[in-house]
Amino acid sequence: MESLSAASYQALYLLFTGDSALWTIIGISFSVSVRALLYAAPFGILTAFLLAYFSFPGRRLLVSVFNTALSIPAVVVGLTLYILLSKAGPLGDWRLLFTQDAMILGQIFLCFPLLVAMAHSALQASDRRAWETALTLGASPLRALLTILHETRFGLIGALVASFGRIIAEVGSSMMLGGNILNYTRNIPTAIALETSKGSFAEGIALGLVLLSLALFLNILLGQVQGKGEVIQ
Amino acid sequence: MYKKLRLLISLCLLWSLALAALAAPLRMATTTSTQNSGLLDILLPAFQKQTGIEVHVIAVGTGKALKMGRDGDVDVVMVHAVAAEEKFVADGFGTDRIQFMYNDFVIVGPNSDPAAIKGAQSVAEALQKISTSQARFISRGDDSGTHKKEQELWKAANIQPEGSWYIEAGQGMGKVLQMASELDGYSLTDRGTWLAYKGKVELSLLNEGDNKLSNPYGVIAVNPAKHPETNYADAMKLIDWIGSPTGQELIRDYRLHGEPLFIPLLLK
Repeated sequence: MESLSAASYQALYLLFTGDSALWTIIGISFSVSVRALLYAAPFGILTAFLLAYFSFPGRRLLVSVFNTALSIPAVVVGLTLYILLSKAGPLGDWRLLFTQDAMILGQIFLCFPLLVAMAHSALQASDRRAWETALTLGASPLRALLTILHETRFGLIGALVASFGRIIAEVGSSMMLGGNILNYTRNIPTAIALETSKGSFAEGIALGLVLLSLALFLNILLGQVQGKGEVIQ
Repeated sequence: MYKKLRLLISLCLLWSLALAALAAPLRMATTTSTQNSGLLDILLPAFQKQTGIEVHVIAVGTGKALKMGRDGDVDVVMVHAVAAEEKFVADGFGTDRIQFMYNDFVIVGPNSDPAAIKGAQSVAEALQKISTSQARFISRGDDSGTHKKEQELWKAANIQPEGSWYIEAGQGMGKVLQMASELDGYSLTDRGTWLAYKGKVELSLLNEGDNKLSNPYGVIAVNPAKHPETNYADAMKLIDWIGSPTGQELIRDYRLHGEPLFIPLLLK
């Protein structure tokens, strides 16, 4: 058995010598997931705001729907979009299957429910009087909305970080929709799956380390943003 | 009370240990395409009926199958990658290798055949036409037996496949056929997977028969000198049985979707 330490050592070597194949994969992962988050964020936060601040028929049901959608497996999202985007499917003419756009689409659907659910609970905890006060003082609804978002920024950033964490580490839908094409749709998770199937564990570990350090970095960042890691007095 | 409980627990432990020792199955690593062909579902039950040995099949890519053999995680390996098999034996990880059957690879592509490879005299000519017309080609790109074969064929045709038309998928054969169908591309596939998928994809068989497309299968015992804990005795029983007339005839008579798939090599 090739020892874990030897594989890890080789993994670090690959990372720090700037192995171009490895860094291309890392670049694709980030570019796809950041774009997915950028598309999802405005709509997700706006939806959460509407759910938290306005009462309309079916609101409670909608909240339950988003909470349920949190546990939809990535492969199910992947499969559904695959069927829709396939040549034989209703959206086949778009010719999106096995492109980065298809991966982005999948990741948007994956992070949207999480984004809405977390942003919703952050906004629910905010003080409604801030909204009303802002409006009474003559602020436009948009200006008032920005005030609320600023008030709840820590919770909202937490929602964004958690959503990013979900999509950057996700393998099921990326594999199905992107097709794991070298230098195009091969991202960190699908590359790990491939390297493991080839028996080259060092590359797999190297990419795993990138994901792990990213998670650590994001959590430290989140801790810094959210009250600078202070203990409640 | 506690005494009785302790006795009961020790009896249970002994019982499970005894069961484990009696029924230690033979672990065989093989490729996904071998398993998907369905041949093992005929061969292994017949082998178990004759010898009482149960075989646990772990289906992975060729690279991983051989790695599992190198690491002593399995007792026997059944793959189809001649060069890699020879290296595996030469490096001392495998022993008693036999080549016991072959099937063949075929080139499939879009029904419209944009590179006009149908009627090409050789596989080299077909690949030449694909690369000069820059028609899409979907490669396995996963270091599997089929991927290695494909690389050999490009090399033999003196072509360096690269460019936006050459897509390295890094996935299994079935998935690659689906991608070829969706992207209107060509691909090299083993006949078994092709027969299993041809009703589900919009592709046609466009080139076959060149003897370069032959795909011999080998079965190799993991060397007990490297890994004494492996089940070498049963591995040898399986290898001998596959090479015997009983095993070889089962291989010859196997049909997938009504078509013969494998040709035995050791039938006198």
